[in-house]
Amino acid sequence: MSRKDRMSGNEAVAYAIRQVNPDVMPAFPITPSTEIPQMVSTYIANGEMDTEFIPVESEHSSMSATVGAEAAGARSMTATSSCGLAFMWEELLVAASNRLPLVLALVNRTLSGPININCDHSDSMGARDTGWIQIYAENNQEAYDNFIQAFPIAEDPRVHLPVMVCQDGFITSHAVENILLEEDADVREFVGEYHPEEFLLNPGKPVAVGPYAVSDYSMEAKFNQEQAMIRSKEVILEIAEKFRSRFNRGFGLFEEYRTEDADYILLIMGSAAGTSKQAADELREAGIKAGVLKLRVFRPFPAEEIANALKGCKAVAIMDRCESYNGHGGPLASEVMAALYTSKVYIPAISYIYGLAGRDFTVETAKDIYKELSDVADKGKQIKQHTYVGLRTREER
Amino acid sequence: MRTDVSKINGQSPCEDLTEGLMIFAGGTSKAFKTGEWRTSTPVFDREKCKQCLLCAPVCPDGCIPVSDGKRDDFDFDHCKGCGICEKACPFGAITMTE
Repeated sequence: MSRKDRMSGNEAVAYAIRQVNPDVMPAFPITPSTEIPQMVSTYIANGEMDTEFIPVESEHSSMSATVGAEAAGARSMTATSSCGLAFMWEELLVAASNRLPLVLALVNRTLSGPININCDHSDSMGARDTGWIQIYAENNQEAYDNFIQAFPIAEDPRVHLPVMVCQDGFITSHAVENILLEEDADVREFVGEYHPEEFLLNPGKPVAVGPYAVSDYSMEAKFNQEQAMIRSKEVILEIAEKFRSRFNRGFGLFEEYRTEDADYILLIMGSAAGTSKQAADELREAGIKAGVLKLRVFRPFPAEEIANALKGCKAVAIMDRCESYNGHGGPLASEVMAALYTSKVYIPAISYIYGLAGRDFTVETAKDIYKELSDVADKGKQIKQHTYVGLRTREER
Repeated sequence: MRTDVSKINGQSPCEDLTEGLMIFAGGTSKAFKTGEWRTSTPVFDREKCKQCLLCAPVCPDGCIPVSDGKRDDFDFDHCKGCGICEKACPFGAITMTE
């Protein structure tokens, strides 16, 4: 039976961690994810869970210790944000290439500089090519639900890859919202016990993890890792379906909000999807067919599925909460446009950059973007690609 | 998934490689002939050697075999030619050569 409560996103993830009760959690504090290890420590101190918590001296160490514990055979996880994730860089790739099914609770925060503690996706987007599965949450409920699904996805024998469960810093992590929590026993049954087949602390069955590989082997190993990422898509969908049939909520690779007959679609990830849905609702009342495609799973990238979902609309705005510094567009826009082209869906697609370092994204802003889409699709207006939403310029004054 | 890694080689197709290139065996570093990396080679002079055995424990790669309290010639399959043994020998019984 679900129970209603009110919680912040950090509280929700810490609550899920207590329920999953992983074997090992090394962590180092960093705003805005600090509360997660802090709350877990409190649960442990109060005897509500028995996870081995390892306070380490840096994120380089927290991910190293998580990798080591997971290789040893323990269900392991950590949490971080921003520069913490950047400091884990080397180990992120090690975790994925060694096929270790560990989980990282990421609270998205911008990367320096300028130094700033607020939300954007530059941390996880920077890590997009490290071989991790990435799942994004719109709100505290999805942060909770996604975390519960993370271990079953990661540990599936078809996958064996690490999973990054992302939520927006402060907007989701610190704002208190209503939430449905599940019973401890139900969550534990859903996640299941961890029984790895091969691990280091396995008497009589020696194994070496992460050996040096000469050129004869490395390319094949990377190809195999990519195959696991491709296979993870079906596993993510299966787990999402299992979650939905058990707890009656959730989405697969993305949520399609009022897109079935939509002329204009805003494609977005994270908390700003809620704002966009509000804008779509208000425009629908005025007779404008607006919809939102909220991407939940960024890695593996659902290229064909996105192209298929967009093929019926007149124009799409692709919203990046991250700059790619490539002089061309945000990372999400680049990948979506490539997906549209390879699927031969030739609709107008515009790259927007919004919400950097915590800049507000409002319902009015979202409506302005829908208006631009309609100008492009219906009036043939040329809109500049790679536009910064809400940027102060002399021209704007 | 536990496979016989001795059957895997540089010609094996990708499907035959282990997940994450895990090696399901112990002590496999013996099979990796790192001696090829050596640019400087120690030469052992049996006449000068007093069998004090100061050299054997300082070798980082365990390349000085000892049996019945006496050392033998180097294991050149794994010796990388670091020269630590030469410095440790009080009797000049080890000489590094190019």
